[in-house]
Amino acid sequence: MKVLVPVKRVIDYNVKVRVKADGSGVDLANVKMSMNPFDEIAVEEAIRLKEAGKVEEVVAVSIGVKQAQETLRTALAMGADRAILIVAADDVHQDIEPLAVAKLLAKVIEEEEPGLVLCGKQAIDNDMNATGQMLSALLGWSQAMYANKVEIEGDHAVVTREVDGGLQTVKVKMPTIISTDLRLNEPRYASLPNIMKAKKKPLDEKTAADYGVDVAPRLEVVKTAEPPTRKAGEMVGSVDELVSKLKEAGVV
Amino acid sequence: MPAVNRADLDFMLFDWLGAERLTALPRFAGQSAEDYRAFLDLAERLAENEFLPTWKPSDSAEPALGADGEVRLHPGVRDAVRAYLDAGLQLATVDEAHGGMQLPITVGTAAMACIMAANIAASGFPMLSQANARVIAAYGTPRQIELFARPQHEGAALGTMCLSEPEAGSSLGDITTRARPAGADEAGRRFRLTGRKMWISGAGQDITPDTIHLVLAKIENDDGTLPAGTKGISLFLVPRLLPEIAPGGSGPNDLAIAGLNHKMGYRGISNCLLNLGEGTRHRPGGEAGALGWLVGEPGQGLAIMFQMMNEARINVGLGAAALAWRGYLLSRDYAFERRQGRPLEDRRAPAPVPLVRHPDVRRMLLAQKAIAEGALALCLYTARLADLAATAGTEEERSRAHARLDLLTPVTKSWPSEFGLEANHMAIQVHGGYGYTRDFDVEQLYRDNRLNPIHEGTTGIQGLDLLRRKIMGDGGAALAALLEEVRATADRAAAGPGAALAPGLRDAAGALEQAARSATGAADPVMPLAHATAFLHAAGHVVVAWLLTDMALVAGAPEGRLWAARHFHDTELPRVAAWLAPLGAGSRAALDAPDGAL
Ligand SMILES: Cc1cc2nc3c(=O)[nH]c(=O)nc-3n(C[C@H](O)[C@H](O)[C@H](O)COP(=O)(O)OP(=O)(O)OC[C@H]3O[C@@H](n4cnc5c(N)ncnc54)[C@H](O)[C@@H]3O)c2cc1C
Ligand SMILES: Cc1cc2nc3c(=O)[nH]c(=O)nc-3n(C[C@H](O)[C@H](O)[C@H](O)COP(=O)(O)OP(=O)(O)OC[C@H]3O[C@@H](n4cnc5c(N)ncnc54)[C@H](O)[C@@H]3O)c2cc1C
Repeated sequence: MKVLVPVKRVIDYNVKVRVKADGSGVDLANVKMSMNPFDEIAVEEAIRLKEAGKVEEVVAVSIGVKQAQETLRTALAMGADRAILIVAADDVHQDIEPLAVAKLLAKVIEEEEPGLVLCGKQAIDNDMNATGQMLSALLGWSQAMYANKVEIEGDHAVVTREVDGGLQTVKVKMPTIISTDLRLNEPRYASLPNIMKAKKKPLDEKTAADYGVDVAPRLEVVKTAEPPTRKAGEMVGSVDELVSKLKEAGVV
Repeated sequence: MPAVNRADLDFMLFDWLGAERLTALPRFAGQSAEDYRAFLDLAERLAENEFLPTWKPSDSAEPALGADGEVRLHPGVRDAVRAYLDAGLQLATVDEAHGGMQLPITVGTAAMACIMAANIAASGFPMLSQANARVIAAYGTPRQIELFARPQHEGAALGTMCLSEPEAGSSLGDITTRARPAGADEAGRRFRLTGRKMWISGAGQDITPDTIHLVLAKIENDDGTLPAGTKGISLFLVPRLLPEIAPGGSGPNDLAIAGLNHKMGYRGISNCLLNLGEGTRHRPGGEAGALGWLVGEPGQGLAIMFQMMNEARINVGLGAAALAWRGYLLSRDYAFERRQGRPLEDRRAPAPVPLVRHPDVRRMLLAQKAIAEGALALCLYTARLADLAATAGTEEERSRAHARLDLLTPVTKSWPSEFGLEANHMAIQVHGGYGYTRDFDVEQLYRDNRLNPIHEGTTGIQGLDLLRRKIMGDGGAALAALLEEVRATADRAAAGPGAALAPGLRDAAGALEQAARSATGAADPVMPLAHATAFLHAAGHVVVAWLLTDMALVAGAPEGRLWAARHFHDTELPRVAAWLAPLGAGSRAALDAPDGAL
């Protein structure tokens, strides 16, 4: 079986995000970018399935700017077998929306015929949490989102999902789409020798036009703003003082 | 807050040193700047995720020696170093022929800076092992490489360097560890070693099963005496676990950790008294005496070990630079956040201002910035010399790089160690009372950094190495070539926005040249050596001022570069003349004062 893993290049989780002065979005110029952490978990899970002999080939796909090939190299260095880059934007500030991504992935899936798609539950830049679900709808495949545990049993996958208030285990028919949650696994570091070897692994480059998908935005960003800064705290001398301050502030 | 600032590191590595140009050399053919960045990304992640979180916990829970004679490290240190080895970082600069990635030392040094900034003590394990394995690869026989370097490359063993003894630290000629011939096998000439090695970093550890010690010892004469001086020193490979070929087969060697030293800082790594040949716990082949295999020829020990020491010396400077850098970043952040006092120009201002508004605090930030960036630049520049000395296209280029590397090694070891500590002192100062507490990081940076002027040859020993061997020894030729480049940079600065930097740089270069001349020409060769440490500091200041200027002149350099260079020129460079004056005047106060006057 073949597994397809979509990976997104996003602002690094360690970077202190700054909103652009005109409020049109987040400043991404000269900012450190890396693989979406949920996608890293998906790559790790795919590699583990391969190591366990359940999967023959892991194919990573990224959609975005040309620099996303660095992200694909990371996936290859972790252990993916080959990669497909779909260049869909020139400007790092242009985000490709979930629907366009899902449509492109659907086309890739038509060609590649994987038995399983493992994707991150959401990307940490826009927190959309939509691509996997949309892809499922487009393909008419089953879906199991927010996976905490994945087991492949013949032509079914048994997936434990993180849901409000606990865990839920579902059995879905393959081919299927599974999205990964934080606790599914702890991704490995791509080792230095594997980083160097990954250069020799195949990386196909395509464009959105090759698949005939329109990636023009359908959503309009009205405004992007920093969260309000926290006000400085204040020391109080007694419980009475605290209560009266809280009353003053109108919160009790 | 991250331990390193990648933008600064990338600027130095790519924009200033042009690391990607190294790919034009045959050794690095096929590599690219992307490879180097991916390597640095990995090092940075390991630094942040593995090494940094265990930095503080492993400071308060030192390594312990169990009743079973085994050393137990803080588990976080164990995991961090394990992650480093699993990620194959120890292979970065190793030859492809030995399974390595053959990346430039320049880039390997930048990656190590990230690890060191996060956890200097834990970084000691891979740092020592890499230098150890490189010595074996360079001087060992193929069988020695397979038995003793390969396990280190594969992450199954770590390496140490065993030079110092309780009675012989600075003066290695006086070591008394003894080696008796004990046959030969496919790994070479075998010896039984007995003696005590003091201060051995990483000698006891529970990260990898095996530890490969590189041990300096003296082969005893037929009459049982030991040869005198450094020419009598030989080098031996002494593994903790013996290979199959040893008499009695595989099993533990006759080594014992006799005690641990309790250090001021740098606590994540064990520091051990290592006894060889006690014969109490283990007697390989039924006899007392640690089994070791000779590397190279008898009497070559110190010369060979110098390769490891020189690499380790650059790394000591690098560690000191990394700690200075982290202290600078922490105190800069703090100064922008903490509000205290009113500005000088408006003493009645209604509200306190951030510390960074006070000129004295700004002084401390700029001074730290210049030291941290200057020290880091010095280490990366020296690392590139090591690459060029080994791999440059022509023999002439290689020998030029070699001469410069030789000249600068004592400076690269000691300047960051001495002044990085001054930077950490200022990082504490900017934090005020908070900086003195263990709730903040800067006091530990200072304690960790305090080791660096001591190990791998104290500052005093580095001063002697520079002035006696490298200046007076070669008549000042290597220094003259260096100062020619310093002056060329001053000329370039004079033509642009760095014009204000040029005269000071020229003056300082002139003062250094003059002092070197008076030292070389002095009637009494001892007098100048009494000023060797001052000369070392002065030389370091000139070199750092030069590098700061050179970086500031890079097209598109961040403007902070020029300000750091200016501050260093204005406030630090004048010290050069003061340091050198006593040598020029032939001051003998320290020499002639009677002991009772001390
Ligand atoms: C934490 C730590 C880790 C270490 N790790 C290792 C290790 O892994 N392997 C190893 O082999 N060693 C190691 N060392 C040993 C270290 O290299 C020595 O401590 C150092 O070389 C100084 O030797 P010493 O301590 O005997 O001091 P001394 O040699 O007694 O020196 C004391 C002082 O006298 C000065 N002095 C001595 N001789 C002269 C001279 N001829 N001229 C001018 N001044 C002189 C020195 O500069 C110094 O200021 C380590 C030391 C420490 C503290
Ligand atoms: C161990 C310890 C014991 C102490 N014991 C006592 C005690 O018994 N009683 C007591 O009352 N206090 C005590 N203190 C407090 C001590 O006096 C203060 O820590 C000290 O005055 C500095 O204040 P701060 O820590 O708030 O630093 P800050 O005032 O925040 O200073 C931080 C840095 O900014 C600089 N700075 C601040 N304002 C200016 C300015 N206007 N111009 C230029 N530079 C400026 C400072 O020089 C310093 O480098 C103690 C502190 C310590 C650490």
